[in-house]
Amino acid sequence: MESFKYTIKDELGLHARPAGMLVKEAAKMDSKITLKKGDAEGDLKKIFSIMKLCVKQHDEVEVIVEGGAEKENCEFVKKFFEEHF
Amino acid sequence: MKIILGKSIFKGIAIGKIAIYKKDDYVVKREHVNDPEEEIKRFEAAKDKAIDDLSKLRDKAFKEVGEDGVAILEIHQIMLEDEDYNDSIKNIITNESVNAEYAVATTGDNFAEMFSAMDDDYMKARALDVKDISERLVKVLLGHTDSGITGDDPVIVVADDLGPSETVQMDRDKVLSFVTRYGSKNSHTAILARTMNIPALIDIDYTEDMDGVLAIVDGAEGKLIVEPDAETILTYREKLNEELKSRDMLKELKNKETVTKSGRKINLYANIGGIKDLASVLQNDAEGIGLFRSEFLYLAGSDYPTEDEQFQAYKTVAQNMAGKKVIIRTLDIGADKQIDYFNLDHEDNPAMGFRAIRICLERPEIFKTQLRALYRAGMHGNLAIMYPMITSLEEVRKIKEIAANVKEELREQGIPFKEDMEEGIMIETPAAAIISDLLAKEVDFFSIGTNDLTQYTLAIDRQNEKLDPFYNAHHTAILRMIKMVVDNAHKEGKWAGICGELGADTTLTEEFVKMGVDELSVSPSFVLPIRKIVRNMD
Repeated sequence: MESFKYTIKDELGLHARPAGMLVKEAAKMDSKITLKKGDAEGDLKKIFSIMKLCVKQHDEVEVIVEGGAEKENCEFVKKFFEEHF
Repeated sequence: MKIILGKSIFKGIAIGKIAIYKKDDYVVKREHVNDPEEEIKRFEAAKDKAIDDLSKLRDKAFKEVGEDGVAILEIHQIMLEDEDYNDSIKNIITNESVNAEYAVATTGDNFAEMFSAMDDDYMKARALDVKDISERLVKVLLGHTDSGITGDDPVIVVADDLGPSETVQMDRDKVLSFVTRYGSKNSHTAILARTMNIPALIDIDYTEDMDGVLAIVDGAEGKLIVEPDAETILTYREKLNEELKSRDMLKELKNKETVTKSGRKINLYANIGGIKDLASVLQNDAEGIGLFRSEFLYLAGSDYPTEDEQFQAYKTVAQNMAGKKVIIRTLDIGADKQIDYFNLDHEDNPAMGFRAIRICLERPEIFKTQLRALYRAGMHGNLAIMYPMITSLEEVRKIKEIAANVKEELREQGIPFKEDMEEGIMIETPAAAIISDLLAKEVDFFSIGTNDLTQYTLAIDRQNEKLDPFYNAHHTAILRMIKMVVDNAHKEGKWAGICGELGADTTLTEEFVKMGVDELSVSPSFVLPIRKIVRNMD
């Protein structure tokens, strides 16, 4: 299992356009990827599942990557968060 | 005459008849089906068609409204393929043995409700996206096609709300303005209004009997004026004419080079003070940003902005400008710009006091944080750095020393950054102008800050109105200095520009071009008037 924590900097939070791009990339990965905000969880491969977490600016989220090429996939998602959110 | 107050989404004036846009009337009935599996196949086929339709719509709209205008359609495609959304529809069909239309409409309502209930305006506005994709699916299932706007004259489109695919589908020549009862600043209609450069209003409480009635949209004031009287029409016609003139100029000069008839090219950039100004930079078609004041980052909070906050801001600008040059000026506070947490002492003569690069060199920890953020952001676009208030060679060498340290640190920490960023200085003190031959050997470019250069050269305090009679912005001393700085830059093969107010003085544009000035950086609204002058020069 690989994971990282991240605090959202973007004004609009986890907004639709990059979120959609991320979901598209995540769908191709062979790991199970979970997005956690507090106790709530979402599947990073499903756009509505992560949008319903209503992640806003300054929220801290955790991404957990399980199975498959964990390290690479986690690294990719982390970079994506740093660049877009 | 009736005035309805709402909120402005985009400024501008429109005069024309109201056309109330009605969504295609369709009723979704709940019907029992005998073969749910067959019904699921019907849903799958409709989904494929809807996704395919969106691809076609994207191609068509891309040419008209560009990347930002169509991005939402791609998100819609991803939403249509969302597993939870699909599962919900299929479950309803299977468990209740009902028709696909009903299952889609019910799922759409449930998902939209989930978004509407969120305590965040941006997420709330996404309910419209869910409704939009669900309506699209239902229409495909029912075999409906959109009627859109009919009639030949352009109209003010009025509706309860407008889904992204509805606005994108409209014929752009027939839309004068978007006016809706609901909607938000984050809606796609708002983005589209900006790209089309037409006024848009929300929160307008209209009535059905206004269909076909003459009205005025005042985008700046957020007003819809229904059945205006003759006098009001006249006033607004005048305003509209002014606006049309500038829109025509935009049409004529947008995407054109700033080049004289004999082929000399001027880099025409914009001055901005924050990320919020980016829209007007792009709208006025500036070729880059010649002065990005970084002070807004320091003025926004009650403490020093962190490296990451700065990095995000610089990166956003670099990415938005997509390869065009962005010159970021390092911290320039002091003088008339004070920030409490810097704890600067009171000065009797702050214009000649502890300010700008002087603070940075005395408090290198502040300076280093900014440089780290800048070198890192350099990876994301065409960034350049500019240092203000230079008076000596020693200062430039000290800056280079600190910059080299910062890069070494980044290298050791394995943090990616841009090694060879373009770095230049402001020429805004007479000292810098006079030794510009020496400075030109040390830096990549000069940008002349005429406001300070004028006040220091003429010994006239800008804030003192009593001195107005003595102030001459076109003083020969200033023009000679500009010429000297440009010549000295060219001798070393460097470029020189002007980013002060004088750069936007249209009575001097010709003279500057003749002097050999390579770049002019001005407020966004001056970009096109100056391009016009340059293009008319021999």
